[in-house]
Amino acid sequence: MYQDVILDHYKHPHGRGLRAGDAEVHHVNPTCGDEITLRVKLAGQTVEDVSYEGQGCSISQASASVLNELLVGKELPEAQRIQEQFLELMQSRGRIERDEDLAAMEEVLEDAVAFAGVSKYPARVKCALLSWMAWKDATAQALKEAAA
Amino acid sequence: MNQLPGLLDTEAIRKDFPILDRTVHDGQKVVYLDNAATSQKPRQVLDALNAYYERHNANVHRGVHVLAEEATALYEGARDKVAAFVNAPSRDEVVFTKNASESLNLVANMLGFADEPYRVDRDTEIVITEMEHHSNIVPWQLLAQRTGAKLKWFGLTDDGRLDLSDLDEVITEKTKVVSFVLVSNILGTHNPVEAIVRRAQEVGALVVVDASQAAPHMPLDVQALQADFVAFTGHKMAGPTGIGVLWGRKGLLDDLPPFLGGGEMIETVSMHSSTYAPAPHKFEAGTPPIAQAVGLGAAVDYLAGIGMAQIEAHEHAITGYALGRLQEVPDLKIIGPTTAEERGAAISFTLGDIHPHDVGQVLDEQGIAVRVGHHCARPVCLRYGIPATTRASFYLYSTPGEVDALVDGLEYVRNFFG
Repeated sequence: MYQDVILDHYKHPHGRGLRAGDAEVHHVNPTCGDEITLRVKLAGQTVEDVSYEGQGCSISQASASVLNELLVGKELPEAQRIQEQFLELMQSRGRIERDEDLAAMEEVLEDAVAFAGVSKYPARVKCALLSWMAWKDATAQALKEAAA
Repeated sequence: MNQLPGLLDTEAIRKDFPILDRTVHDGQKVVYLDNAATSQKPRQVLDALNAYYERHNANVHRGVHVLAEEATALYEGARDKVAAFVNAPSRDEVVFTKNASESLNLVANMLGFADEPYRVDRDTEIVITEMEHHSNIVPWQLLAQRTGAKLKWFGLTDDGRLDLSDLDEVITEKTKVVSFVLVSNILGTHNPVEAIVRRAQEVGALVVVDASQAAPHMPLDVQALQADFVAFTGHKMAGPTGIGVLWGRKGLLDDLPPFLGGGEMIETVSMHSSTYAPAPHKFEAGTPPIAQAVGLGAAVDYLAGIGMAQIEAHEHAITGYALGRLQEVPDLKIIGPTTAEERGAAISFTLGDIHPHDVGQVLDEQGIAVRVGHHCARPVCLRYGIPATTRASFYLYSTPGEVDALVDGLEYVRNFFG
């Protein structure tokens, strides 16, 4: 489960630290106490920045780093598609393991496909999803603000 | 391997526990160090459960047939065994529940519904401590919210013990009940009962002791404790899940009102009102966990056969050895007392900045089972400014070799995330 990609992101996180944003959320994972504060900044329909600060296990922290790397600069519909695909991967209970299926997913998920192994561990899936659910929440709030 | 004074013959004992032979992750022998969460069960307990279901199963306290009489005798026999195990003055003081949480909730609700002089209301206070398991916090919070009573607590010292310096200010004339843990499930601390009981008795407060982490590991004498209620659970003391115990003083159990109503707990019922069976049955509504009680009886026999003083000495030796070895691991910090004095066999620690979930996962890959998280005692983590801990906890079958495996495993974890 601890792929090198995950350990790299854990030890050298991308885009960590809080910067200006349109919406901020704070999510916790009560089973292990992982926490994340995450801000989303949108420029029209583009994800201009995702900044975050948090504490928790390597899986939760690496996942936030991968999220930042993947989503910043993407158009919103594309970012949402990636988020949904990551959610699907994490809910797969390790069933997506054929090389060609993983390769297809890697087209969309890039480094995040390394989390496929985590999906076999029910106790850890929430760790991996923490930042992604926070991003979804913050983005919805930012869009609501923009529309208001 | 070193020979520590006081060790039990674990080679013989481990033969009684079939699961300890299990392998995980492609052939690694399981090193089970999660005994504070639940203990493993000896063959004697598993056989008692099987024999009950295969030979004697029937509902208790009703029916005139042979099976019903046998089931009742086994169920009530388990009550006798538990009563003797904790040195209760009377078997009628032993109430079977589902677990320690239910036992504690039962007391809290008895007191909430009680008449004077036991009644907890807006003019009274409830006292707990900051090192309680959530099961000894939340029932009292609920009671305080429902009655308007004030909830107070003892804080903790930096070295993981109760801070009783403000004993007389925390427990006052307004205090109706003091509920505290005998041995902490997260810190391992063995608390000083006498000082708290003496002050509680001075002000006429009832004393409730959560003995969940004590009953499995040391001689427990409810008369010596001088408490009014003592709660513990079966599954942590080699028994099955689904069976807990509330011991209470006979006079109190007679006076206090029932909480759950239903079958078994009544004397007569009309459409207008009911009268209740005497304790303990007054507090055991519905079909009880019969097989589980029988299993707990077998567990108590098993533990008593080895000797609780002997088990305590064994765990004391293992705990001392583990504390010494763990403190050799760089960046490892014990959360709780760092020596084996006045301490149980649950040891919590942090390992540098490595999150306990990562520690636990990588230990698991080596076959070592520990617990990670806040151990249902989140206020303790808040008190010490940590998100969670890794906890290793030992029992009568734990060996110095397993301590060594843990220490080697932790070295591997450090290198893995280093």
